[in-house]
Amino acid sequence: MSGATAIGTVGAVVQVGAVAVGAPLLAGMMRQVRARLEGRRGAGVLQPWRDLRKLVGKERIRPEGTTVVFAAAPAVLAGTVLAIAAIVPVVTANSPLDSVGDLFAVVGLLLLGTVALALAGLDTGTAFGGMGASRAITIAALVEPTVLLAIFALSVPAHSSNLGAIVTTAAVHPGSVATPAAALAFAALCIVVIAETGRLPIDNPTTHLELTMIHEASTLEYAGPQLALVEWASMMRLTVLLALLANLFLPLGIATVDSGVAGLVGGVVVVIVKVTVLAIVLAGAEVFMAKLRLFRVPELLAGSFVLGLLAVTISYFLTTPAT
Amino acid sequence: MRTLTYVTALDASAGALMLCAVLLVWRRDLAALVRLLSVQGLALALIPITLGAHQRDGELVAVGIGVLVLRAAILPGVVARVLRGEPRPRETQPLLNTSASLLAVAALTVLAYAVSRPVVTLDPTPATHAAPLAIAVVLVGIFMLVTRRRAMSQVVGFLMLDNGIAALAFLTTAGVPMVVELGASLDVLLAVLVLQILSGRMRVKFGGTDLDELRELRD
Repeated sequence: MSGATAIGTVGAVVQVGAVAVGAPLLAGMMRQVRARLEGRRGAGVLQPWRDLRKLVGKERIRPEGTTVVFAAAPAVLAGTVLAIAAIVPVVTANSPLDSVGDLFAVVGLLLLGTVALALAGLDTGTAFGGMGASRAITIAALVEPTVLLAIFALSVPAHSSNLGAIVTTAAVHPGSVATPAAALAFAALCIVVIAETGRLPIDNPTTHLELTMIHEASTLEYAGPQLALVEWASMMRLTVLLALLANLFLPLGIATVDSGVAGLVGGVVVVIVKVTVLAIVLAGAEVFMAKLRLFRVPELLAGSFVLGLLAVTISYFLTTPAT
Repeated sequence: MRTLTYVTALDASAGALMLCAVLLVWRRDLAALVRLLSVQGLALALIPITLGAHQRDGELVAVGIGVLVLRAAILPGVVARVLRGEPRPRETQPLLNTSASLLAVAALTVLAYAVSRPVVTLDPTPATHAAPLAIAVVLVGIFMLVTRRRAMSQVVGFLMLDNGIAALAFLTTAGVPMVVELGASLDVLLAVLVLQILSGRMRVKFGGTDLDELRELRD
């Protein structure tokens, strides 16, 4: 038992490290894919790391009139994402933190990060900060119930709300994710992950046009090391959510309770492959998409909410007769 | 193992039927609605075909093939022909906006499950377990019928309502006799043809099929 726990602890540390180091590389790769598809050469996969290093070397600036809320928000955001990275099954489904943090805790942590950043936007007192905060909270209020519902539909066959247990069940019985309920949940979760990480068509991560920006508006007043922290946290958020999406529906190769060090190494390799493929698909699809009008966004999110709700009702009512 | 694939196939077709209903409410482009309607017809036809293959009932499979031809090809084809003459093939102003409609669909689905519980507990087979989805499609069809303004999207709502009724018949009875199914299907075909002629006349008279512009009777 203690051996399994030790492996689980090592696995949790490894997956936090992999997310922390890999997230900027993933963001760089997505920008590179986009640049190539648009006929540009691109800045290279390492560019986000270079940007982060440059930002860290800059002087700290505190805008006039801001309080501790503004100063603490980047640290809170990064902290919540790192905590999620330790709980969520990325490399191993056997994280020691999995028993204390189920899917409700993960959704709560996600919301905590969003709220911290929105409060920081309000704290600056600028028009853009307040506008960005209001938009971010509007979207978060629509997104979080859908995340809960969609993963909840998957937790019905596993009889547990722990993400590790859900992924382990799916790994043991691959048939349990090939149901209509899982397909609906997958569609709902895809839309929600895109909304949660502020990608096209919900939010354009590359623009600073004041009429459309959501995430960028809240972080407009940040500079230097704090901006680096915010950027790094949002890249990690994307990585963790993509890894969660991949592992919930295709848990192939994830390290479980019985797999040792070799399983852990295999888990790292497999998750890198899965997340890379997902990211390339996402970046490639974004090239062909325009940003959705802001007032159409609730429509899209209401649609994904309905899909999530249908997934739950179907998985609850249809799976009862086994004979 | 055979039972398991039977249950999976039945659940998948019932789930696809419901998913099409949600997408039909979601989309506004009338051409996309017609395509979705044809996919829904396909999902509906798979229900009797699956049931027939499971119960080794050739007549049910034949009914399924008939349903497939009628609802996946002929009826959407008739609606598409009407659309070809339409100047702006979009549902511009539904009475309820799309997000509210989608939430209403969610509520109707839950309602369908709530009211059909006694039916399901009466005879808990895989087919009756999928029956609430058919009731939900019926309710969504009525909902679409009353909240849309364009005549063509109301026809789509009517056809969805009928798809739901047919699915309910297949799922709750042991098998619809071919004569009954044939009669009901011909009835629907006739209704759609009448609606087609009616909307054609409306377009000739008024230039569009927005029902809100029909305010007074003339001779």
